[in-house]
Amino acid sequence: MPQITYREAIRHALAEELDRDHNVVVMGEEVAQFNGAYKVTEGLLAKYGPKRIVDTPISEAGFIGMGIGASMLGVRPVMELMFWSFYSVAFDQILNNAANVRYMSGGQINCPIVIRGPANGGTNVGATHSHTPENVLANHPGVKVVVPSTAYDAKGLLKSAIRDNDPVFFLENTILYGEKGEVPESEYLIPLGKADVKREGKDITIVTYGRSVLHSLAAAERLAQEHKISVEVVDLRSIRPLDIDTVLLSVAKTHRVLIVEEQKPFASVGSQLAYMIQREAFDELDGPIHRLATIDAPAIYSPPVEIEQLPNPQRVVAAVLQALA
Amino acid sequence: MSKKPTATSLTKDAEGASDPARHRRAPINAQLSTEERIELFRIMVRIRRFEERSLRAYQAKKIGGFLHLYIGQEAVAVGCCSLMGKNDHVITAYRDHGHAIAVGMDTKPLMAELYGKVTGCSKGKGGSMHYFDPSRNYWGGHGIVGGQIPLGTGLAYAVKYKGLKGAAMAFMGDGAVNQGAVHEAYNLAALWDLPVIFVVENNGYSMGTSQARSSAGDLARRADGYHMAWGTCDGHDVYEVRSVMNEFLQRAREQSKPAVVEIKTYRYRGHSVADPDKTYRDKSEIEEYQRTKDPINVFRSILIGDQVLTEAAAELIDTEARNEADIAANFAEASPFPTAEDIQKDVYWEIDHPEQRTSQGRLFFT
Ligand SMILES: Cc1ncc(C[n+]2csc(CCOP(=O)(O)OP(=O)(O)O)c2C)c(N)n1
Ligand SMILES: [Mg+2]
Repeated sequence: MPQITYREAIRHALAEELDRDHNVVVMGEEVAQFNGAYKVTEGLLAKYGPKRIVDTPISEAGFIGMGIGASMLGVRPVMELMFWSFYSVAFDQILNNAANVRYMSGGQINCPIVIRGPANGGTNVGATHSHTPENVLANHPGVKVVVPSTAYDAKGLLKSAIRDNDPVFFLENTILYGEKGEVPESEYLIPLGKADVKREGKDITIVTYGRSVLHSLAAAERLAQEHKISVEVVDLRSIRPLDIDTVLLSVAKTHRVLIVEEQKPFASVGSQLAYMIQREAFDELDGPIHRLATIDAPAIYSPPVEIEQLPNPQRVVAAVLQALA
Repeated sequence: MSKKPTATSLTKDAEGASDPARHRRAPINAQLSTEERIELFRIMVRIRRFEERSLRAYQAKKIGGFLHLYIGQEAVAVGCCSLMGKNDHVITAYRDHGHAIAVGMDTKPLMAELYGKVTGCSKGKGGSMHYFDPSRNYWGGHGIVGGQIPLGTGLAYAVKYKGLKGAAMAFMGDGAVNQGAVHEAYNLAALWDLPVIFVVENNGYSMGTSQARSSAGDLARRADGYHMAWGTCDGHDVYEVRSVMNEFLQRAREQSKPAVVEIKTYRYRGHSVADPDKTYRDKSEIEEYQRTKDPINVFRSILIGDQVLTEAAAELIDTEARNEADIAANFAEASPFPTAEDIQKDVYWEIDHPEQRTSQGRLFFT
């Protein structure tokens, strides 16, 4: 199977869906002529032209709101946020309009829009550019939230997201854009809401998603070699819908849980997971649910310290040892 | 209300300051049949009586939350919506009852929506501020001041993208023009030549704040900053609304050009029915407007003067409108509320179409 980057996988998903459905439009700041702030959309303008690949002004509330309005009439915009961090200036459009319009119209309207872009820390860009809003987004019934960790997942999930008839928020990661993975040349889809066991194990389950999957896998490898601990890594891939069944199956196998997330801990995705696991698998647990999150402060700039603020393999190893102590 | 001359950069007719005769003669009005003229009148009366009836229901505690009445502004929605063709679309804010009736929605589900009944136009899930009927190209009914304007711009984008000849009318109040999202939408519409008319219904007040206390400069003229066409007109004369709006709509449909149109109007009631309406304007101001510019009375006089309508016929229309409002209230009263099971319907398209679901996993949480 060919090895391609996460970035290329997303680009291929966009291209395939642009080919398949004339209503798909890619839109955002610098996506066309500049070839994408992260080169995700490189070459798309040349291939599909300015009607399908649209550069917008720096006007997130305006162009995302416009995309939502267009989606109500059947256009399928795939909007790029240069950083998901900028969702705050379009919050009303994203979470009042896209999330609520179906409900308030008694089901007469749906918004088949995708909003995608990177949402991560770890690049020394400070607090304004390092938000991970998947918990905030997923708090809104009516929307779907997807956070892929690999090139394979990114492609299959994005294609499903574009075909989905509800608003889907797709959170990528600038640090993952260059990561390579095996991606088949033939077409495939990954359904939203299906978790993936990225590594099998028997002593403890790590429930995680996004870049933390990579940290967890690296930690699992070290724990196996240095501590003879067998770690199972469950990659949620999608936050809402949530595949809690795969998590519970793993818990029933290992009886220990560590949640690893690049999230501020208060009311995070992990908080919800911990509630659900204790509620639905209380008798399976041999100990309290542990959690490793971002250290609770705005994202620090200082490069070596930011690594410590976020989940990383060393912190995951320590957290597993603590959970099993 | 301050009176400014009618000036559209389209007609270049700054002198034609509110010349009712000119607007009456405009082809879009001259071509109207007797029946069509009477129908315009009838819709205005139906809106008025519907809202008066809803106010009584509110006072009888049949309706919760807010109720923003459109009384006094009827000629704006009726004039604008009477110009709609197959590919034209409307979106507005929370003062949305008039537009809903003007696009042809049945008053029974509209009243039922106020009562929170499952027979409501949004199944009791939206309420007064959130009326919708996409089958009539009516996209709401939005509660956040200015938040609907990017959506309206998107409707125009979709019309253009699909190669259709149509336009979107995105309505807002005089207070909404100061929202950032509105200006972002202006810029996009002008930048990309989108067929959208931003209609500012200037009733002089945003809640209790007069225009002078909230907005610097002229409202429509802000379009100049985006090299967008703009115009103003008086909103108590349905013929004037139609003739001014028609020019901008035609231009939007034919040339895909946006515009801002500020329509001077006035609301008689408080901002919402909870507003005691005592702090920011004199009763005499309301009475003066009602006496000289009431859109229904003005049009009634024109129609009677033109021998399109008789006093008796006008009375009959009024009686029928009152009856219709009562029938709507009875319908609402007799209808059931949604059930607790209905709460989680109409959230996700996929959940409502289980046979077509492609995602897995949980979409709702406890
Ligand atoms: C973002 C936002 N801020 C404040 C409000 C509360 N609010 C609702 S209507 C209104 C006044 C708006 O006035 P205007 O735009 O002139 O419209 P009108 O009520 O006169 O039709 C205010 C302050 C709101 N709904 N949304
Ligand atoms: Mg106002």
